[in-house]
Amino acid sequence: MAAAVISMTTAALDWVSVVFDAPLARAVVFGVHIDGHLVVEVLLIAVILFQLTRKSYKPPKKPLTEKEIDDLCEEWVPESLHPPITEEMKVEPPTLESAAGPHTVIDGKKVVNFASANYLGLIGNDKIIDSCVASLEKYGVGSCGPRGFYGTIDVHLDCETRIAKFMGTPDSILYSYGISTIFSVIPAFCKKGDIIVADEGVHWGVQNGLYLSRSTVVYFKHNDMTSLEGTLEKLTRGNRQAEKIRRYIVVEALYQNSGQVAPLNEIMRLKEKYRFRVILEESHSFGVLGNTGRGLAEHYGVSIEKIDIITAGMGNALATDGGFCIGSARVVDHQRLSSSGYVFSASLPPYLASAAVAAVNYLEDNPTVLTTLRSNVSLLWKGLSDIPGLTIASDPSSPLVFLKLKKSTSSSKCDLELLNKIAEKALREDSVFVVSTKRSVLDKCHLPVGIRLFVSAGHTVSDIKKVSDSLRRVAALVLAEHI
Amino acid sequence: MVRLPYSTALTTLFSYGLLFAFGQLRDLFRKIIDWFKSSSEDLKGYAPICLGLEDFYTRRLYLRIQDCFCRPIASAPDAWFDVVERYSEDSNKTLHRTSKTSKCLNLGSYNYLGFAAADEYCTPRVIESLKKYSPSTCSIRVDGGTTDLHTELEELVARFVGKPAAVTFGMGYATNSSIIPALIGKGGLIISDSLNHNSIVNGARGSGAAIRVFQHNNVAHLEKVLREQIAEGQPRTHRPWKKIIIIVEGIYSMEGELCPLAEVIAVCKKYKAYIYLDEAHSIGAVGKSGKGVCELLGVDPADVDIMMGTFTKSFGSCGGYIAASKEVVQYLKDTCPAHVYATSMSPPAVQQVISSLKVILGEDGSSRGSQKLAQIRENSNFFRCELKKMGFEVLGDNDSPIMPIMLYNPAKIPAFSRECLKQNVAVVMVAFPASPLLLARTRICISAAHSREDLLKGLEVISKVGDLVGIKYFPTEPPKHETKVYKVE
Repeated sequence: MAAAVISMTTAALDWVSVVFDAPLARAVVFGVHIDGHLVVEVLLIAVILFQLTRKSYKPPKKPLTEKEIDDLCEEWVPESLHPPITEEMKVEPPTLESAAGPHTVIDGKKVVNFASANYLGLIGNDKIIDSCVASLEKYGVGSCGPRGFYGTIDVHLDCETRIAKFMGTPDSILYSYGISTIFSVIPAFCKKGDIIVADEGVHWGVQNGLYLSRSTVVYFKHNDMTSLEGTLEKLTRGNRQAEKIRRYIVVEALYQNSGQVAPLNEIMRLKEKYRFRVILEESHSFGVLGNTGRGLAEHYGVSIEKIDIITAGMGNALATDGGFCIGSARVVDHQRLSSSGYVFSASLPPYLASAAVAAVNYLEDNPTVLTTLRSNVSLLWKGLSDIPGLTIASDPSSPLVFLKLKKSTSSSKCDLELLNKIAEKALREDSVFVVSTKRSVLDKCHLPVGIRLFVSAGHTVSDIKKVSDSLRRVAALVLAEHI
Repeated sequence: MVRLPYSTALTTLFSYGLLFAFGQLRDLFRKIIDWFKSSSEDLKGYAPICLGLEDFYTRRLYLRIQDCFCRPIASAPDAWFDVVERYSEDSNKTLHRTSKTSKCLNLGSYNYLGFAAADEYCTPRVIESLKKYSPSTCSIRVDGGTTDLHTELEELVARFVGKPAAVTFGMGYATNSSIIPALIGKGGLIISDSLNHNSIVNGARGSGAAIRVFQHNNVAHLEKVLREQIAEGQPRTHRPWKKIIIIVEGIYSMEGELCPLAEVIAVCKKYKAYIYLDEAHSIGAVGKSGKGVCELLGVDPADVDIMMGTFTKSFGSCGGYIAASKEVVQYLKDTCPAHVYATSMSPPAVQQVISSLKVILGEDGSSRGSQKLAQIRENSNFFRCELKKMGFEVLGDNDSPIMPIMLYNPAKIPAFSRECLKQNVAVVMVAFPASPLLLARTRICISAAHSREDLLKGLEVISKVGDLVGIKYFPTEPPKHETKVYKVE
């Protein structure tokens, strides 16, 4: 029985192999002996290839038809161009009817003016006005072109040389508007991938420059050197790439938002330790700090070459408009082609450049004006030291005196309302013009709001007494329920 | 439309290639030499302030032709002015001033109505206001920087442009850079023309909104982009856009072309987008009474949501303005950083604008304004026509006072500039990066202060230099014998 099964299976297998081998049994193609199993393998490969070439099933992608796009466009409702107008937006600032000197005229009344950053009292100075008149008669008002296209007038070049000589740097570069200086300088040097460490209390111009530069920005606590050191340490520790990336510290010499003065000696020590470059914004300290008004570097006795870039607006102590930037020759030359506010904008009107030269000459010839300014500031400090509800938050050497509420309410909006009431009452009843902090919605600074007084060398002792008495009286009235 | 001949494109590319190769070679030698010299100890550990390739263009290309740019002048930028001569001892790396000047014809300053120099009506009033208000208020507008001059100017500008209210700023560049972030933020869309000015680009970037670009003056492409964007919504989330603003300019400063304002407004109205018109070069220079592109193209100012302009060009002063509805202006006065943080406009400059506006409107009691406007139109059309007849490739539309003449090759830029200066004509060169790399040009700006003789002298010199340099790309027209009458509408 077993033998029969075995013989049957062998016969079947023999039959199968004959069938397989039969057609190609003795076929020799290209010298290769073809076996039957090759046919099966070739068929399998053909089937696999066929399947691979078939497209996999995807649900068909239908782009939007014209009608659907039309419907979407019909349905879309845009927001209004402006948000609803609140009552605060409708408030207009007081209109001056004369020059913004230490005394000015508002609504026909003479008021004592503490709202203009006229630190050296140069508004109304005869020498400056005479040089402006000569300039106007020779050059007209505007310069009618950017610096690259016949907008460079010889007074601009004279102004740049004069400022560079005054500050002791090789060269300087002039900008046509104070606020555009810093937001053109920062993007010219800081690009994507650089690291910037900035104070959280910098003003909007600096913030805009930092945003436009597209670098990585890290803020440290306002004027707090331990926080700065901690941030620098964190950024450079263990980071091997740090050597190849450009790193900057951006600070203001005298902060507009709080009146604090940056401790430059500390910053220089940290800068040298961690190898950062410093960009210093000196709009409110140029012409004010230091024995001869040369700014924060002189105030702290630091040599000017050690600070990489200094920018300043001339709309404060120098009583003109525009701005400048100083640094090494390389720094200044680089800006002449890559700083957008310099290349793509019309240049400074020539009469303002002459005014700047005259103002710098005045400052150099009369350093006693700074002593007057400083004594005015200390007198004002004495007068404001005992105001109920308000405390002085600025630095003793700063002519921008900043008063903030001793006890702040829950929101800065309510704080601002109280402060506005104080400022408005002081103007209306005592003819003393002081101003509260103005913040735009776009500003990222969250420092406390306050009342600002700009002390000038042109103020007299009686002016200062008047403003201290007035604020004492008005603050007591307005903040009575609040304390 | 620029029609670039094929052979010119090839030669231009070859020239730039050669310059680039030589520049790289010099950089290589500089690197080798510096490697031998030891670097100073102070800068160890600091990354260089300008990395190698960033200022390649400055060091190797621009410095060679540096004497064609930033030429100082020693007088007012009037029709004729004094150009200060400069010399260089190290092949243009540094330029030194001399005290010699040469009187040249000014074809480069933006002095469209001739208010640049001392004017008989404006200058006495400006000096008076200088003595009264001082050169600066040292204060921001919302503190103590608003004088009655500023209020008067804003009312006058609003009346001139035809909008309910206006607000003014001390600098035109800062106007664009700070208004656009105040109007639109994250979640909004800005669609701007591809050739918009740098200030608009900066303002758009600073706002945080998404930016899309449409082809220059191509309204069909603008509509296509608008439809696509509204249908798609914000990127990734596909939420609908909060608002869409379309930014165009009245006259484009590098092309001299007008924008097709009527068609653009039709598209904006259909898709409910807002339109922002930058009239920096067109306000006061075009239009029958100088009211800008709206008047020239017959568009109602109420249809344009926001009109922006500057006072630098036609009014001979400095600063910028925004004119819009009362609510928008009130909102901007509260939020716009250039109003809240920047020093207010200098009072004498304000007075100059007020006086020049009064002259243009005819409110000073004379007809000088309308004479100036007719003069600039006649001058522009005559000059452009003559240049075209000579065979130059001139861009720009009729009535526009800006006419760029195409040069293309980089070597023709300094050649044209220096040859013209030798014959006492001062022209302006526009090269990369202000214009595309292959399309270098020279730009002529006509003024109402130019007389017919001035223009003829300019034409004569340009024709001679054009022959010398070889930029007459089109065949010249044979001179006709009858005189052409130029239509003044």
